[in-house]
Amino acid sequence: MGRYVARRLLQMIPVFLGTTLLIFLMVHSLPGDPVLAMFGDKGADPATLAAKRHELGLDKPTWQQYLFYMRDMLLHLDFGTQIRNGLPVTDVLGDAFPITLQLATLAFAIELIFGIGLGVIGGLRAGRLADNLILIFTLLIISIPVFVLGFIIKMVFAFNLGWIDPNVSTQPEWGELIAPAIVLGFLSLAYVARLTRTSMAENLRADYMRTAVAKGLPRRRVIGVHLMRNSMIPVITFLGTDIGALMGGAIVTESIFNIKGVGGVIAESISRREGATLVGLVTILVIVYLVTSLLIDLLYAVLDPRIRYA
Amino acid sequence: MSIIDKTAAVPAPRGGDHTGPLLEVRDLHVEFHTRDGVAKAVNGVNYSVNAGETLAVLGESGSGKSVTAQAIMGILDMPPGKIPQGEILFRGEDMLKMSEEERRKIRGRKIAMIFQDALSSLNPVLTVGYQLGEMFRVHHGMSKKDAKVKAIELMDKVKIPAAKARVSDYPHQFSGGMRQRIMIAMALALEPDLIIADEPTTALDVTVQAQVMDLLAELQQEYNMGLILITHDLGVVADVADKIAVMYAGRIVEQAPVHELYKRPAHPYTRGLLDSIPRLDQKGQELYAIKGLPPNLLKVPTGCAFNPRCPKADDLCRTEIPALVPVTEQNGADLPGRKSACHFWKETIHG
Repeated sequence: MGRYVARRLLQMIPVFLGTTLLIFLMVHSLPGDPVLAMFGDKGADPATLAAKRHELGLDKPTWQQYLFYMRDMLLHLDFGTQIRNGLPVTDVLGDAFPITLQLATLAFAIELIFGIGLGVIGGLRAGRLADNLILIFTLLIISIPVFVLGFIIKMVFAFNLGWIDPNVSTQPEWGELIAPAIVLGFLSLAYVARLTRTSMAENLRADYMRTAVAKGLPRRRVIGVHLMRNSMIPVITFLGTDIGALMGGAIVTESIFNIKGVGGVIAESISRREGATLVGLVTILVIVYLVTSLLIDLLYAVLDPRIRYA
Repeated sequence: MSIIDKTAAVPAPRGGDHTGPLLEVRDLHVEFHTRDGVAKAVNGVNYSVNAGETLAVLGESGSGKSVTAQAIMGILDMPPGKIPQGEILFRGEDMLKMSEEERRKIRGRKIAMIFQDALSSLNPVLTVGYQLGEMFRVHHGMSKKDAKVKAIELMDKVKIPAAKARVSDYPHQFSGGMRQRIMIAMALALEPDLIIADEPTTALDVTVQAQVMDLLAELQQEYNMGLILITHDLGVVADVADKIAVMYAGRIVEQAPVHELYKRPAHPYTRGLLDSIPRLDQKGQELYAIKGLPPNLLKVPTGCAFNPRCPKADDLCRTEIPALVPVTEQNGADLPGRKSACHFWKETIHG
């Protein structure tokens, strides 16, 4: 187990280097110039621009910039500064991350409770009316793009009914985030429901379920202990990767509801050609993703003892 | 402990001082409603088991032997399964008329079952100690700790080496024979009155088969339990069973005390089964096999279900279903416990 964790941590190094390099190169190949953008439409004289470029190190070749960037990051934990206002990327992320975390928690709770709940209902009544309704409902959700769902919810509940504010405030209350969390969590909710349903329906026919009944266990226990433990394994895996994805922010949802989360910052950085900010943000998110996926893999072994780490 | 002590210790069944057989199956019918029609899996089965007695139910796949057992246990999938008629009397009480909760209390505590494939029949994600202890926790309300102690005792009882160290292992960490011992331990946990063993040795290799059967026979004697042994292996049956019921297409075609059946089968199907056992003294000759295939339960042949495969069949067999009638000696003397469902049982048994 210890060796497995060590190996996984070591494996993170090439993944980490690879993703940062890719992001770095992609950002640098984008058309546009962050320094020019700083001066807006007025423009500036070439000498000032060159001086600014030199100050930010943007006049050096890309590979050198990458090396300097990595050096600062690894040695000083310096993820770079935002070109526009000189704020460290960690501060920018520090402001945005709590909101994303709040939104992600809410979205995750929604998909966990309703996804598994619907899945259990469908799985236990496989082939009957309730199951078919759930299958149709989830199929519908899966086939609607997020931005369509987001705009529909915003139209109906904010503009037509006036139940919610169309835009979320900068320091959002939990209540304000319910509508965006539903938009964000609905797709995964549908997947979780379908995964749970299939897994339950399949395990319901397993031999050990027959044994559990033959042992004279109450139905509660047969379903709650014997069936659930086995059926949740694939669902947990999916939920695990989904946590990682939710932490990365939701560009579409956040921009529809005007939430100042990680997704919003990333979108903004892309449109402003803020290479350093973008690379810094994505690097941190890659680390978050890698760590959550490692935790999920370890949890997997707890759930399924047949999995052995060597 | 005698069987009488045991009945007093558990919540007394309403039929109190029941003296008849422990379990009696009367005219049991089971059918499965499928898309292609109604499959009649069991068509009027009668058998009984007494305390301390072993009944072997013999038959090929699809003969209804497992379905009968599942009906007794109450673990049939209903739907699609259905029990249109029949009675299953446990200590004189019809279990088919009991509430689901009453039946649940009998399962595991009074009647336990051992399944064929122990690997898939044990829950893969729970330790064997947990699965064994669950019996005590659910039925006797024992604490988790006490249940674990009991689980270790049980594992010792079925001769699993280093029980204490292995109680927290998972089913996949045991060998096939050891897993089947755990299944047996689980069935024995609450010292039931009756154990149904559904092909307990089919998934094991031959040397382990003998060990497991010996263990089962030994424990059965110790607790004076009734045992229904479902199998298609004639070799397993001979040593442990007291009486045999041979099933074909959902009916019992022959019933007999074990050694009599081997000596003088009274049904052509039984004869065919016995003839298809490989024998050392017939080395080099072609092995006998019953021709044809087991009947399709959606379309059972008219008359005797065995008639298309029977070497002795004639027109009578194709039109009239033979009843299960008592078999007698040539001079009319009784042969206790022997019955055959063949129009020509006289010719079959007396040559």
